[in-house]
Amino acid sequence: MNTELVAKTRADKTIFGFWVYIMTDCVLFATLFATYAVLRNNVADGPSGHDIFNMPYALAETLILLTSSFTSGLVMLAMRMDKLRLVLFWLAVTFALGLSFVVMELTEFAHLIGEGHGPQTSAFLSSFFTLVGTHGLHISIGLLWILVMGAFLVRKGLTEHTKRRLEMFSIFWHFLDVVWVFIFTIVFLMGVA
Amino acid sequence: MDATLRRTLVSYVSGFVLSILLTLGAYIAVTQHDFAGTVLVAVIIGLAIVQVLVQLFFFLHLGQETRPRWKLAVLLFMLVILGILVFGSLWIMQNLNYHMMSPERMNIYMIDQNSRGF
Repeated sequence: MNTELVAKTRADKTIFGFWVYIMTDCVLFATLFATYAVLRNNVADGPSGHDIFNMPYALAETLILLTSSFTSGLVMLAMRMDKLRLVLFWLAVTFALGLSFVVMELTEFAHLIGEGHGPQTSAFLSSFFTLVGTHGLHISIGLLWILVMGAFLVRKGLTEHTKRRLEMFSIFWHFLDVVWVFIFTIVFLMGVA
Repeated sequence: MDATLRRTLVSYVSGFVLSILLTLGAYIAVTQHDFAGTVLVAVIIGLAIVQVLVQLFFFLHLGQETRPRWKLAVLLFMLVILGILVFGSLWIMQNLNYHMMSPERMNIYMIDQNSRGF
C-alpha cells in the first residue's frame, strides 16, 4: 500500500512538472501572439490577412485539430479501462488527424510562398509564419511522440510508465488545441473581420 | 463501464460538442457580418475565451483537481505573465505609434515652426 502511494505521488509530481512546462510554453506563445498583434497592420504594401486567408480551409483545419483533441481524450478513457487495443486505435486516429492537420498547414504555407507572400514580404507575414509555424512544429513533435509511444505500448503494454506518458501526451495535445483556438480567432477570424 | 468512466466520457463528449458549436458560432458571426467592427471582435474573443474555459474543464479536468490546487495556481500565474506580455506590448507600441509623426506631418510642423521665426 505504501509503495503504491509513493509511486502514485511520484507520477503526480512528474505530471505536475509537465504541466509547469506547458505553462511556460504558453508564455512562449504569448510572446509570439504579442508580436503578431503589434505587427499585424504593418503589411509594407503587401497583402493583408483579408487578402490571403482562406477561411473555409482554416475552419476545416480547426475542426480536424479539435476532433484530434477529442480522440486523445478517448485514448485517456481507454487507458483507464486498461484496453490496450482501444488505446492504440484512438492513438492511431489522433495521429492520422494530426498528420492531416500538418499536411494541410504545409500546403497552405507552400501556396502562400508560391504566390509570393512568403515571410520576407512584410512584418505581418513574418510574424504570421512564426506564430503559426511554431504551433505546427509543436504538432509535428507531438506526432513523433505518438510514434515513439506507440512502439513502447506495443512492446511493454500498459504499465505505470507508459500510462504516465500517455497522460502527459494528452495534456500536451489538448493544450495545442487551446493555442489553436486563439490562433484561429486572433489570426484568421480577426484578420478578415 | 463504471460510473467514474462514464462521467469522464460524458465530459469529453460535451466538451467536444460545445467546442464545435462555439467554433462554428464564431465562424458564422464573422462570415455573415451580423455585427460591426469592435462588437464583432469582442464577440469572437468572448467565444474563444468561453471555448478555452470549456476545454480546460471538460478536456483537462481542471475542476476535478483536489486541494491544494497547484495546477490552477500555476495556470493563474501564467495568465498574469501572459496579460503583462500581450497588453503591455500592445500598449507600449500603440503609444509609440501615437507619438511618432508621419513625414508629412513633420514637414507641416517644421514649416509652421520656421514661419514663426524659430
